[in-house]
Amino acid sequence: MEGIEKPLQTKELTVSMGPQHPSTHGVLRLVLELDGETVVKCTPHVGYLHRGVEKLAEGMTYLQALPLSDRLDYISSMSNNVGYCLAVERLFGIEAPDRAKFIRTIVCEMTRISSHIIWVATHALDLGAMTVFLYSFREREWLLDLFEMLCGARLTVSYPRIGGVRNDVSQEFLDSLYKFTDEFPKRIEEYETLIDKNRIWLGRTKGIGVISAEEAINWGLSGPVLRGSGVDYDIRKRFPYDAYDRVDFDVPLGRNGDVYDRYRCRMEELRQSVRIIRQCIERLPRGPVMTPDAPKFTLPPKERVLADMESLIHHFVLITKGPMAAPEGEIYVATEVPKGELGFYIVSDGTGKPYRMRVRAPSFVHVSLLPRLCEGGLVADVVANIGTIDIVLGECDR
Amino acid sequence: MEPLEITERIKERFPDEVLDVIEFREQLAVVIKKERIVELCRWLHDEPDLGFDYLKDICGVDYLGKKPVRFEVVYTLYSLRHRHMLRLKAAVSEDAAYIDSVVPVWIGANWHERECYDMYGIRFNGHPDLSRVLMPEDWEGHPLRKDYPEGGPEREWQGFQEVLDKAQKLKEFSWKG
Repeated sequence: MEGIEKPLQTKELTVSMGPQHPSTHGVLRLVLELDGETVVKCTPHVGYLHRGVEKLAEGMTYLQALPLSDRLDYISSMSNNVGYCLAVERLFGIEAPDRAKFIRTIVCEMTRISSHIIWVATHALDLGAMTVFLYSFREREWLLDLFEMLCGARLTVSYPRIGGVRNDVSQEFLDSLYKFTDEFPKRIEEYETLIDKNRIWLGRTKGIGVISAEEAINWGLSGPVLRGSGVDYDIRKRFPYDAYDRVDFDVPLGRNGDVYDRYRCRMEELRQSVRIIRQCIERLPRGPVMTPDAPKFTLPPKERVLADMESLIHHFVLITKGPMAAPEGEIYVATEVPKGELGFYIVSDGTGKPYRMRVRAPSFVHVSLLPRLCEGGLVADVVANIGTIDIVLGECDR
Repeated sequence: MEPLEITERIKERFPDEVLDVIEFREQLAVVIKKERIVELCRWLHDEPDLGFDYLKDICGVDYLGKKPVRFEVVYTLYSLRHRHMLRLKAAVSEDAAYIDSVVPVWIGANWHERECYDMYGIRFNGHPDLSRVLMPEDWEGHPLRKDYPEGGPEREWQGFQEVLDKAQKLKEFSWKG
């Protein structure tokens, strides 16, 4: 019985979590150093999905670079497109017409709903509540069908264009979307019934991954991750773009900055998005969906290209030379995408191509926060912490 | 505070640091010397009526052949309290491609600076862990430099051969051997 006399030998264990792991929501690799169940050190490794979007954009015209923004955060491509288009529009000094602005606001909020319900689905799945996943994918399907009805694509849409949107919305689309906004608040309640008072859910989310307001600001967090800590910063309110200054909505804030509060924030945002969509449909103005300056920036309609010489020339020049040269200068335009602040910093050297296009991706900042959230916590909470910051690695790695 | 007031304040406090002020589409950029960047950022962060508490972004820009000083490190700052924005641009030359890290001021600068180092090879002095973030650790060259070809370098990344070899080895694996 000599073994019992000896003091117990312990040593730290290094665990590699990912890049292929169901709970890392993409190809994220975490190297965890564990002391028993406690995480001593957490090192995120990213870059597995690096495609060099910023470098690629430098070789493309402003029109061609639009689909690159789809592939950043591929589950909320509409908002990324809008962010890119706004930046380019601001650089060129043009503005989309009113109807296009309202349509963009509608599609942005639809994207927010679809992104947040994927988030609640996968987050709950990670923490052991599978049913929410099955419920919320039903609503996501409805939204994707609506996107398909709108522009023919479901995921990588490229529907918003520089100077407006690709095509007008149909009455059928608006009717179906209005019906969705009627139904959806009931569905949110369904999700909440499943997890809101669930003791396991509360135990795994309350008081986990706490980050104070001062710290959150210093880290440069954005979106629901920042607002969960009670910081009132929403770009839709601070720098209103599109039709956000013409609709009423509230910005939900958390208090404790833990996983639970961020969950509550996102659930409330779903309700606010429904409110915004309803107002936009009710107030949707009539008129064109593309700015009158459009020939210099966007392709003319196909039927006009085939019938009219001017349009054919425009089409030819746009394809071969790119849109009219942008004025020399630089611009930073940020939009509130479901994950947080998506900023485009564009440096123009006076040609038709961006000299430098920087994408400030919210997921990149949030992944860097992971060591702060995980270290000192339990290994089981690593999954909760990855889920709560709502990352998409396509956007993080660009 | 109005953008022009902010530049006046900076000029007043750091008269020798400001090289240029550029305004474009109501956005203000202040070009500064890189030597006292941390002191300047600390002052911008702490000064009560400036209060730049929120760092939105840090990125590099390569002006190869366009400007006498090749690189610029661009800091996009925002004040949550006072709701004003400022862009700082620090000029960094090619033969002295380093600048002080602002991580002591905004901890969120950590990964942005790592990415800037990864993509442009600009070193950040005093950074807690300056290593590549998006590219593999043994990658040669800095992809976002203008003299780096868009199709990548001629040579293959040596790690690629290692991955292929490993895959081949796993394919041939058998329980007997």
